[in-house]
Amino acid sequence: MKTADVASTNGTEPATQPRGAKTAGAVANWADERLGLGTAMKKQLRKVFPDHWSFMLGEIALWSFVILLLTGVFLTLFFDPSMAEVQYDGSYDPLRGVYMSRAMASTLEISFDVRGGLLMRQMHHWAAMIFIAAMMIHLLRVYFTGAFRKPREINWIIGCLLLLLGTIEGFTGYSLPDDLLSGTGVRAADGFMKASPVVGTYMSFFLFGGEFPGDQIIPRLYAMHILLIPGILLALIAAHMLLLVYHKHTQWPGPGRTEENVVGYPLLPVYMAKAGGFFFIVFGMIALLGGLFTLNPVWKFGPYDPSKVTAGSQPDWYMGWPDGLLRIIPAWETHIFGVTLSWNIMLPILVMPPLMIGVLAALPFIESWITGDKREHHLLQRPRNAPTRTAVMVALMTFYGLSWAAGGNDIIAIKMHLSINQITYFMRGAVIIGPIIAFIIARRWCISLQRHDENKLLHGYETGVLVRSPQGGYAEKHLPISEAEAYRLTARDREEVYVPDSTADASGVAAPGGKRAEITNKVRGKLSELMYADNVQKPTAEELHEAQHHSEHELHELEHQIASGPNKHGPSSDH
Amino acid sequence: MRLLNRSAGRLSRHRRGPIAGLVVLLMGLLMTGGLYAAFAPAQADSTQSQEELVREGRELFIVGCAFCHGQNGEGVLTQGGDQYGPALTDVGAAAVDFQVGTGRMPMAAPGAQAPRKEVVYTDDEIAALSAYVASLGTGPSVPDAELYDPDTLSEAEYDEYVTRGGQIFLANCTACHNFEGSGGAMPRGGVAPKIRGVDPKYIYEAMLTGPQSMDTFSDGNIPPEDKKAVIAYLDTLDEQPSYGGLTLGSLGPVSEGLIAWLIGIGGLVGFAIWIAAHTTRTSRTKDGADA
Amino acid sequence: MTDAHDNHDDTGHGGDGAPEEPIANPGLPAHTWRPTDVDPKSEKRAEIQVAALFGLSAVCTILFVVSYFTYDIGDNWSVIGGVGASTVALGATLGLALLFIGVAIIQWARKIMGDHEITELRHPAASPEEDRETTLEALKIGIEETGIARRPLIRNSALGALGLLGLPAVVLLRDLGELPGDKLEHTIWGQGGRKLTIVEDGKEKTVVVPKMRISRDAIGTPILASDLEIGDLVNAQPEVLFNPERYYVEPNEVHGHHLQVHKSKASLILLRMDPADITPGKGREDWDVQGIVAYSKICTHVGCPISLNERTTHHLLCPCHQSTFDLADSGRVVFGPAGRPLPQLPIEVDEQGYLVAQSDFTEPVGPSYWERDYDRDRFGEGD
Repeated sequence: MKTADVASTNGTEPATQPRGAKTAGAVANWADERLGLGTAMKKQLRKVFPDHWSFMLGEIALWSFVILLLTGVFLTLFFDPSMAEVQYDGSYDPLRGVYMSRAMASTLEISFDVRGGLLMRQMHHWAAMIFIAAMMIHLLRVYFTGAFRKPREINWIIGCLLLLLGTIEGFTGYSLPDDLLSGTGVRAADGFMKASPVVGTYMSFFLFGGEFPGDQIIPRLYAMHILLIPGILLALIAAHMLLLVYHKHTQWPGPGRTEENVVGYPLLPVYMAKAGGFFFIVFGMIALLGGLFTLNPVWKFGPYDPSKVTAGSQPDWYMGWPDGLLRIIPAWETHIFGVTLSWNIMLPILVMPPLMIGVLAALPFIESWITGDKREHHLLQRPRNAPTRTAVMVALMTFYGLSWAAGGNDIIAIKMHLSINQITYFMRGAVIIGPIIAFIIARRWCISLQRHDENKLLHGYETGVLVRSPQGGYAEKHLPISEAEAYRLTARDREEVYVPDSTADASGVAAPGGKRAEITNKVRGKLSELMYADNVQKPTAEELHEAQHHSEHELHELEHQIASGPNKHGPSSDH
Repeated sequence: MRLLNRSAGRLSRHRRGPIAGLVVLLMGLLMTGGLYAAFAPAQADSTQSQEELVREGRELFIVGCAFCHGQNGEGVLTQGGDQYGPALTDVGAAAVDFQVGTGRMPMAAPGAQAPRKEVVYTDDEIAALSAYVASLGTGPSVPDAELYDPDTLSEAEYDEYVTRGGQIFLANCTACHNFEGSGGAMPRGGVAPKIRGVDPKYIYEAMLTGPQSMDTFSDGNIPPEDKKAVIAYLDTLDEQPSYGGLTLGSLGPVSEGLIAWLIGIGGLVGFAIWIAAHTTRTSRTKDGADA
Repeated sequence: MTDAHDNHDDTGHGGDGAPEEPIANPGLPAHTWRPTDVDPKSEKRAEIQVAALFGLSAVCTILFVVSYFTYDIGDNWSVIGGVGASTVALGATLGLALLFIGVAIIQWARKIMGDHEITELRHPAASPEEDRETTLEALKIGIEETGIARRPLIRNSALGALGLLGLPAVVLLRDLGELPGDKLEHTIWGQGGRKLTIVEDGKEKTVVVPKMRISRDAIGTPILASDLEIGDLVNAQPEVLFNPERYYVEPNEVHGHHLQVHKSKASLILLRMDPADITPGKGREDWDVQGIVAYSKICTHVGCPISLNERTTHHLLCPCHQSTFDLADSGRVVFGPAGRPLPQLPIEVDEQGYLVAQSDFTEPVGPSYWERDYDRDRFGEGD
């Protein structure tokens, strides 16, 4: 092929007529006559996707899920989800002759007697950890940029459900090998269930098919792990993607990018290539992790035995934060009327995680209620331009992070030579005070960044060039920013603090809703004030004009001084 | 950060070669020295040498140990009633051999935790100290190699010992020392130390004497044969390859989670930034294009 | 294809057109070209680069297949540098093969594929007003034709019948497992010392099962009180798990998952300390044997086995959530989330000097549960 031909692939005409074009056309015709692909694909093939690295975080989760399906199918070919007792007779010497469940024995078989089996097991496990991590950073990106706003609230809720289900899916899978570490986790889960008021013991006995550990839990978790939850996950992911296509992707504001359009690369070929290429990269990365790093060496834990335990008994990372809360909760237990209420289990496990997911799911609705904003939003916001929103998530992240760290308190104690008791006492206070401090700092930080932006807009950017005046004073030279940059800084909404309607008050009790509506309005007003009152709003056209005029004048002045001053040959004189 | 000490497992294996050579060399030297000591000076007074040893040990004890453990090993109490150094009247020679042989004693400062350090005394001096402390009362003596050395087992025995030892290890030891023997946290800043790559003799002595806060596993608790089985299992852990790649410090899910985030997510986000980054541009325009 | 120029014109008339916008939308910047667009040499270079990456991937794939057949696993793992060769080689070759394909495709997209950004217009997510009205109308007619509003009898009976269908779904789950009963309140320690009627040689006779001896876990031998020295900690199990016949228990009752169920409640920590250190609880004065005390090994928080004992303080730490219990003081909680002391097992010695349980635990072991009646704990007047 000549180079000239290749170069023209960037144009609109195909470089050469492919030889197979005729056959391809015939196939396309055949398919279209049966499926109506022509109409269906008319717009989709060149559908526009904006390009930004942060838009690819969800893709990491999507591709990890595909890898989970692929590696998972391989594992099902060898795994035997049975709790029947066998005497191990495989290749791993130190366990030969030990009694264990078939689940554990077949896990050892996958690891030691199936070539590539250990790799697949480790890839599956790494992919699971990355799947959930990717969902979380994707969620953070969507939140921090305001991409959850109308019309995307439903997709936000689907995302929250995916995160919850992904976590449960992870836990069920983690438990399947029936090794000592995962068995300890299941034992804890049994404790969680038993702590549930009224129905706790019944839940436990029904799930385990009798008394813990019974002989049913592995097959039941297996059914959930390979059929029930992946099915729901698949359906939700499909819905998530369909809504994405329907809404079209959000984009960053910028020259030519508005609420009414979407600018980016077409699905065919660029976006498809980038997404497809990224699939291979995620797959490759997970294969490398699976091959290079040992994950969950079940042969060292041995089969589950309720009388054995190992130091460093931790769940996988995504269960780490409730486990951390479980570690730092004080010994609260109530005995009353002949029943027991285990707050020391219920609060961290049965209350906090659902509450956290609930708060997450509710965030878009809380925000739109406070702002009263009913418009569609397709342009993203920089985190600094929504200081309170950003600070709310930073506070939640701080809570999550501290709880998470508390879940590794024993490892922290060893590695940093601290007392596990002191870490626990510290964390008890930190999980409450930390988020508050983080909220305040994050909010003020955002507002300072807004001020910085405003300065840039009004007075130009700092050149780092210091100028000395004839009088001996020093000043830094500012130059105006480019038009595109200036537009980017101002391409955002003006915010208004909601003021509760006082006329309704004055008109008497006839206001709809009466007292309650009044209180609600007041709360809304207060929250709106918290949300907006301290924010920096973009300047009006006149303000900007005046400021620019002023800076121009100053710059002029400065240059004049330099030209006439004694430091003529100073470093800045070459301007 | 030391949390990511994932080369630890591998390193020890790398070191195995050179260290083994060194050990052989040292053993050779020691044997030569030992033979010299046995045959050269005075074969006649072997009964007297025991007394001699105790006397020598007592001198060393007065200088190095008595400050905390008392002039006659009776222990020293502080005002608070807390022990400065516990009584050594019934700890036996094995305890001294372990504590001094691993460098834990003498301690830098009194405290609950006695970390492993460089050994201060020579083997002869340790033997003398042990003999002296043993003379103060009862307590286990330094075990014979036959009791602890897994190399004395035949191949068939070895496999059987390893399997049994693994189960005893998981029932009695992993709770504090972790499934790989890499150690764990104890109350109020205490640490159960790493027990991999430790001389089998010291593991045996530790079980026998319960150093510092550790429980004792006397011969009535875990019979000598079963102690040896545990040591054989630890030996297997040292010998076996890391089947699934690097071991991440063998600390369980915490280090695994860190890798998933730092390398997995970190690396993939790096790729995403590259994928979405703008490619280099040129000021030239394409022939015939009017852009 | 939409050109950059059109975009410029499209959006040139500025954002939402609000007059007070400080800066008007300057429109999409003009398209700039990549070196590969204008320079055939650099284009050729990119082409070769992409092809080479695909080539490298193919090489890695072949190496994967070679590694699969070269490196042994099973009884005799091939080892490279202390790690399992098979896993590492397969992972590295597969990973690189995939990565090279990914990088090649991305390079292809970045350097060679057309890179004109195009613009698509958005439409509101809501359907147009007339569509809505048509749909609502259709819905209204449809519902009207069912007559559901006019015939409450049909509506209510239908709802009732459908609602009742939830019942089979719930009822069907009943056989998931047996009911708890009082299973959580008893352990297999109670099998010792009970009276039993057995039929021997056709005659009924009553035997008293011997008191349950305490055996070493994993080793299986019973423990003499004289075996233990001060400072000893034993992870223990009831002897019936190793020697069921002695206690008239069917061997298959202590195998497989039955064994697991028993261990999950009966596991025991035995500790010998200086009798002077012990502060016995009320009514527990004779629960120890010469300073040997026995406690449940199952944490009262969420049920992890717990045996991290500090010999010097008699504090027992749980590795899962760090609850700490004082074994010299009736298993009192001294730190952490556990809400109750560790249950203590009363012990004594039998004629041969072996340690035996006086009875079962006097309270349920393991984590708390709703029905657990704290006031009914059978160890006397509370602690």
